[in-house]
Amino acid sequence: MSTNDLPATTVEVTCTINGDPVRLTLDPRESLLDVLRERLALTGTKKGCDQGHCGACTVHLGGRRVVSCLTPAVQAAGQDIHTIESVAGPDGGLHPLQQAFVDNDALQCGYCTPGQIMSGLACIAEGHMADDDQIREYLSGNVCRCGAYCGIVAAVRQVAGMTQEG
Amino acid sequence: MRPFAYAAPGSVDDAVAVLRDAVPGTKILAGGTTLYDLMKLGVEAPPAVVDVLRLPELAGITVTDSELVFGAGVRMADVSDHPVVRADYPALAESIWRAASQQLRNMATLGGNLLQRTRCGYFRGTDFACNKRNPGSGCAAIEGHDRHHALLGASSLCSATYAGDFAIALRAFDAVVDVVGPRGERPIALADLHVEPGEDPSREHVLDVDELIVRIRVPLTPAGRGSTYLKIRDRESYAFALASAAVGLVIDGQGVVTESRIALGGVATRPWRAVEAEQSLLGQPLTAESARRAGEIAFADARPGRTNRFRIELGIRTVADAVRTAGERAVR
Repeated sequence: MSTNDLPATTVEVTCTINGDPVRLTLDPRESLLDVLRERLALTGTKKGCDQGHCGACTVHLGGRRVVSCLTPAVQAAGQDIHTIESVAGPDGGLHPLQQAFVDNDALQCGYCTPGQIMSGLACIAEGHMADDDQIREYLSGNVCRCGAYCGIVAAVRQVAGMTQEG
Repeated sequence: MRPFAYAAPGSVDDAVAVLRDAVPGTKILAGGTTLYDLMKLGVEAPPAVVDVLRLPELAGITVTDSELVFGAGVRMADVSDHPVVRADYPALAESIWRAASQQLRNMATLGGNLLQRTRCGYFRGTDFACNKRNPGSGCAAIEGHDRHHALLGASSLCSATYAGDFAIALRAFDAVVDVVGPRGERPIALADLHVEPGEDPSREHVLDVDELIVRIRVPLTPAGRGSTYLKIRDRESYAFALASAAVGLVIDGQGVVTESRIALGGVATRPWRAVEAEQSLLGQPLTAESARRAGEIAFADARPGRTNRFRIELGIRTVADAVRTAGERAVR
């Protein structure tokens, strides 16, 4: 028997995703990212590197931002998960940080943007937005290949209540 | 990824029992930022994992009369933001603040971080020879890209760099790691936790397969306040070290150095203490020249490969700059 023929165990997991209770039967190999995208059709969370480098897959797990690509989905058991789909208002109105990204040209292709928004929201909630240097440091886990960094920092600064570079 | 059995015990006792009876090759899973990553790459293929991420006994940071005590399950982000750690042990806080991204620091645990595996590209790429991943297969780094490889502590079989930052600061402060296994609990000095590659690069630490890190203890010392962790990278944030140094100093009222601690990161096969460099600073005033000399002594035994010689001078300057910063904090 090759290693690929070993029986996979499955794990029953309940969690809350964007406020909705979810029950899943998981193969422990599955990443939270793949479960969100492939099984729950929450495709706002993006797969970039799938190795924890790029931050495109950032979600909030138990109130903390994490990269969902390196989160085994079984570790979401009992946790609250929030994805980019939960950020806009129920009427579809943009969250102030989403609007700030529009206002500050904080994106070009937009692929990294859901991760940037989830990371930026956490950065503000953590209080890590004393000045532009701190915002850059605490957003360094989110790569933007289009190079919209100046706009991204400006958008986070705007929502953090700052009007000029600290 | 190879299928694996998954267990999430509810207590340390249960985890020890599961590990005692586990099939060979079973791995402990905490934050997953190393293990799950390497499983995706096919570098690690455990038949079973034991998830200890949410064990309540592994949580919490406490300050006693004599020690700082970190639960092994504490997330890295909680250390870099901890007010006592930041004030009394800036080197510890900075070593974590300069490690990884906030997302990864939110996931990764301290215990897991201590055992983080190397970032050597030949270790992580399964197409290459690697004595660490596949003992006896050779080392692709010897004739390959060795820009990030170790200058200190390498053997003819492996020069992969120890990648972590927190352990470097812990090494400077004589931290102790408490581990638990079927035979009970035992302390291991951080200095003894990691081993050089020698004849067996696959062996990186002295823990038995059924042992679990439960806490990390740091003895209180006034050198904590006079400390810093300086990490030099290819970019300003979110990269592994080309060279790093944890330095803690005590300077008396006459300006004389009375306690000196220097550990090196990013340049060695394990967390590296530079004892002779420390001693060179003792009993005299701190100057730019003595700081530089400490760096030169720290790298006196450095053995570069084909493309990483520049990191000797970089490391010397890193130590010198860290010594000066620690000195400024020590007299504050």
